[in-house]
Amino acid sequence: MQARLTVSDLACRRGDRVLCRGLSLALQSGNACHVTGANGIGKTTLLRSCAGLLTPFAGTVESEGAIGLLDERMGLDPDLPLGRALAFWQKIDGCADVDAAVEAMGLGNLLDIPVRYLSTGQRKRAGLARLIAQAAPIWLLDEPLSGLDTRAIEQVTALIASHCEGGGIALVASHQTLSIAGLTTLELTDYAPRTEPAA
Amino acid sequence: MITALLKRDLARFFPFTGSGAALPVIFFLAVAMLYPFAVGPNAPLLARTGGGVVWIAALLAAILPLDSLVARDIELGVFDQLKLRGVTEEVSMAVRLAAHWLSFGPPLILATLPAAALLNLDGETLHILLLGLLAGTPGLAAIGLMIASLTGSLRAGAALSGLLLIPLALPILIFGAGALARMDEASLGFVAAISLLLVAIAPFAAGAAIRAAREG
Repeated sequence: MQARLTVSDLACRRGDRVLCRGLSLALQSGNACHVTGANGIGKTTLLRSCAGLLTPFAGTVESEGAIGLLDERMGLDPDLPLGRALAFWQKIDGCADVDAAVEAMGLGNLLDIPVRYLSTGQRKRAGLARLIAQAAPIWLLDEPLSGLDTRAIEQVTALIASHCEGGGIALVASHQTLSIAGLTTLELTDYAPRTEPAA
Repeated sequence: MITALLKRDLARFFPFTGSGAALPVIFFLAVAMLYPFAVGPNAPLLARTGGGVVWIAALLAAILPLDSLVARDIELGVFDQLKLRGVTEEVSMAVRLAAHWLSFGPPLILATLPAAALLNLDGETLHILLLGLLAGTPGLAAIGLMIASLTGSLRAGAALSGLLLIPLALPILIFGAGALARMDEASLGFVAAISLLLVAIAPFAAGAAIRAAREG
């Protein structure tokens, strides 16, 4: 799987505020990058800009390969049983089966339960199962470890590592430390504008 | 992919299977039932004014599904995920328009038959009324979809969308109900033309609204 994500001289904006500027980043197949920084520094905005969901204030984002995004909104119907909610995305993605992803995330016995009854951690794992089944080479993960128990954190860390070993790209915004070999760190504080513009 | 989207939308909106989606039809019938109680059992009066009441009931019933039409999927991030998979907002909105109309247009047209009996409408009036609703409900659905997308990210969106729909639906109401007053099918052509125009622009306007909501 050949993938590339190039960000050059990007400036992100939320409302009237510029959150980061002059940010450049080049990720090739196999690269993992950890985005860090205080709350509100623009991690989510950066990820959404990389996904092409937000228009950059300045600079460009180029990507080669499909993009999978995991944020706090899983896109799973709260009223549907988990199995059917995942089956919808399976149909959209056209992937052969979602069972492997479900097993990998340990959701096998939750498939009949409506999504609204799932706990925070279970919902996050459901989102990860959707992401795995999508089989996109570029993963943009926004706080993938929040709400997960110790065992699931290890599982997800291993999952990201194996995704990158398989030629994928992972851009992970997280407050937790990630133990992944070859992980680079992007400290967003370095790109914050020096003077706060008047609101 | 389009089939999967349409199936999901229909399952959400269709009467008696979706979440409370039968409400517009029940509301529509309730208005038709209340009117004779309010003006008294005067058969000629009911027959003369009943068609207009059905139109007003249809217009008000079109407001009911708006709050769940788009806002929930913006909140769930469904449009974000679809965009990443190459399904543009315009496509998902076109599919949603079809699903929205199917879930409220035909049921409303069917419910017009018992409503016509309650209001003592004669055969010719019913004929023009049914044709008018067939021509007008796609337009109402398109206006509703555009408004629901524009107000989807607002906190008081649901209340606002009702107020916004009424003035925008006026042309459809004027020509649709006007055809009843003159017993003339010609002005239904105008209703159909307005509907066609609205249906044509709705996916683009609604798609742009969803993109704008993301940037907000």
